[in-house]
Amino acid sequence: MFKLERLRLRQNIELGIKNLMLHKLRSSLTMLGIVFGVASVIAMLSIGEGASKEALEQIRKLGSRNIIITSIKPVEDRQAAATTSFMSVYGLYYEDEQRIREAFPQVVATAPIKLIRKEGRLFERALELRVVGTTPEWFELVKRRIVAGRPLLPRDIDKSSPVVVLTEYGARRLLATEETIGQLLRIGRDYFEVVGIVQSEEGGSSGIQMPDQEVDAYIPINVAKQRFGDIFTLVTSGSREMERVELHQLIVETATNEDVEPTAAGISAMLQRFHKKVDYRVDIPLALLRQAEATKRTFNIVLGSIAGISLLVGGIGIMNIMLANVTERTREIGIRRAIGAKRKQIVIQFLVETVVLSTIGGFIGILLGVAIPLAVTYLAKMPTVVTLWSLLLSVGISMSVGVIFGLYPAIRASNLDPIEALRHE
Amino acid sequence: MTEAHSNGVVVLEDVRKTYLMGSEQVHALAGISLKIEPGVFCAIMGPSGSGKSTLLNLLGCLDRPTSGKYFLAGNDVSKLNDDELSELRLKYLGFVFQSFNLIPQLTVRENIALPLFYLGWDAAKSAARAVELAEMVGLGNRINHKPSELSGGQQQRVAIARALANDPKIILADEPTGNLDSATGEQVMELLKSLNESGKTIIMVTHEPDIAAYAGRRIHMRDGHVEYIENV
Ligand SMILES: Nc1ncnc2c1ncn2[C@@H]1O[C@H](COP(=O)(O)OP(=O)(O)OP(=O)(O)O)[C@@H](O)[C@H]1O
Ligand SMILES: [Mg+2]
Repeated sequence: MFKLERLRLRQNIELGIKNLMLHKLRSSLTMLGIVFGVASVIAMLSIGEGASKEALEQIRKLGSRNIIITSIKPVEDRQAAATTSFMSVYGLYYEDEQRIREAFPQVVATAPIKLIRKEGRLFERALELRVVGTTPEWFELVKRRIVAGRPLLPRDIDKSSPVVVLTEYGARRLLATEETIGQLLRIGRDYFEVVGIVQSEEGGSSGIQMPDQEVDAYIPINVAKQRFGDIFTLVTSGSREMERVELHQLIVETATNEDVEPTAAGISAMLQRFHKKVDYRVDIPLALLRQAEATKRTFNIVLGSIAGISLLVGGIGIMNIMLANVTERTREIGIRRAIGAKRKQIVIQFLVETVVLSTIGGFIGILLGVAIPLAVTYLAKMPTVVTLWSLLLSVGISMSVGVIFGLYPAIRASNLDPIEALRHE
Repeated sequence: MTEAHSNGVVVLEDVRKTYLMGSEQVHALAGISLKIEPGVFCAIMGPSGSGKSTLLNLLGCLDRPTSGKYFLAGNDVSKLNDDELSELRLKYLGFVFQSFNLIPQLTVRENIALPLFYLGWDAAKSAARAVELAEMVGLGNRINHKPSELSGGQQQRVAIARALANDPKIILADEPTGNLDSATGEQVMELLKSLNESGKTIIMVTHEPDIAAYAGRRIHMRDGHVEYIENV
């Protein structure tokens, strides 16, 4: 008996395909709804997945136990600077680092960052450098791989040694190699010994930590302060601006993930006491990570709804065509019933047709849905990730669309009275 | 099973079929009792609206009586559900219609093989049987044609071949020659006659005396009753 039923299923599929082939244009038009529905599910999910994966990657790199405090120029200062020869004083103080370390025992490491723009010269090559004054702890916090030589060490700070560590990218721009270690890099009017090269940060456009689009030179922070001071002149399209900034950024690492948020709140409260203006911003990569994950969820829900709607439209298209099909074939249904077909067999016959239609549509949709992200990655250089589950999901969805929207017409066909159906013109 | 219907392939006992038209009852069949033995060629005759088609639909298990009993090959049809009626049709009956009722998308061979599909035959076996039947009705050279490419008489012969595919006990025909000219109609009747001679029970509705003349028994109906029965 089981074998008999299975045999009929195969024959039903053949019959279904045959009936669909009789109306090639109609069948293909009906299928388009499913094709685009499935393609949009896959394409949108893969683009969403790619974008969020990149964002999460970047945030993760900032460290989930870190708090990043960045100096920002207050709004009032920005306006004043444009008109007068005003010197804007803002940002984190050297003492802020010490204060944080003392006030919060859960803080295990801190790394100050001071940024200075200077011309650098290595042998014949001169480039604009972004000099980063920091401490050895920075290298531990960001976990950059040492490519050659060594990072900054505590003794560099103790002795105020004029040493510099380059990034891979910066080294390439300066034509520095492993051989360059031990050579002197001229920054402004001073000479620094190149002691090491560290890995560049990949990708990077997070805006919180400096991306390596620039030629970075890491020097001990106390040396930076001694040699270059805290006052910078910015020359922007003709106008000169003066700024006094002690620290541009402070990275704070806490002992555990749980410490991050309360510590950040504590730091904010503390800074408020010592800063008259809000000239800093406290960022928590962990919070950003959570936010990004929540955004991703929302994104997926929105995409899912859009895709769901297009599949719904596709399904309704199928249902519409199948209802017309049932009406058109009323007599055929009557004939089959008179010959001895059971209701169930009529249901199966029509259901198989819609499922075949939607499954073929689903597979074409998958091909299209995989091609779109490839094209997007190739043309727009946007990362996309086609996940297996999105493929399985869409095959499943397209088949269920076939079943769900095919069921009503099929049941309607099977409920026709054979005598009435035979009389149908 | 009582003695009365043990020797009849079709036994009706006071069968009524009543339709409700608004508040009015239409007695399409107003109490019919009859018995048809295996191998009989039977014609049902009578004026339009006398209930011939209603009776044939009942005999064909396409419908159930409002009251009364109908035994088909010993099965009490009035007690069966829709699936069981389908099974009975598939097992015992073959239909021939006035308007042929072939499926236009299918070829001659596929149309003939249709009952075998529901009997669960495999494709190769049923194709072979369909070709055999097509040859029997003289259409061996038309098996891959569509019904629309055949004449009326040829289409009706295909319909007869299809009605034979499941090797039924009874062939039910509702005005099988109604859409055919008299010469073609005679060919179709000759075919039915030869089937009857080979042992099939045939029950046929007609109002043409020439056609009814092929039948050994003629049931005359009027207003839902059997008026009289002629045996030749
Ligand atoms: N589905 C139905 N609903 C209501 N009344 C019906 C139905 N089917 C048949 N009737 C009525 O039952 C009666 C018998 O109809 P039937 O079709 O059996 O006649 P018939 O003898 O086959 O006539 P004809 O020679 O014209 O085909 C008619 O009065 C008809 O109006
Ligand atoms: Mg009639």
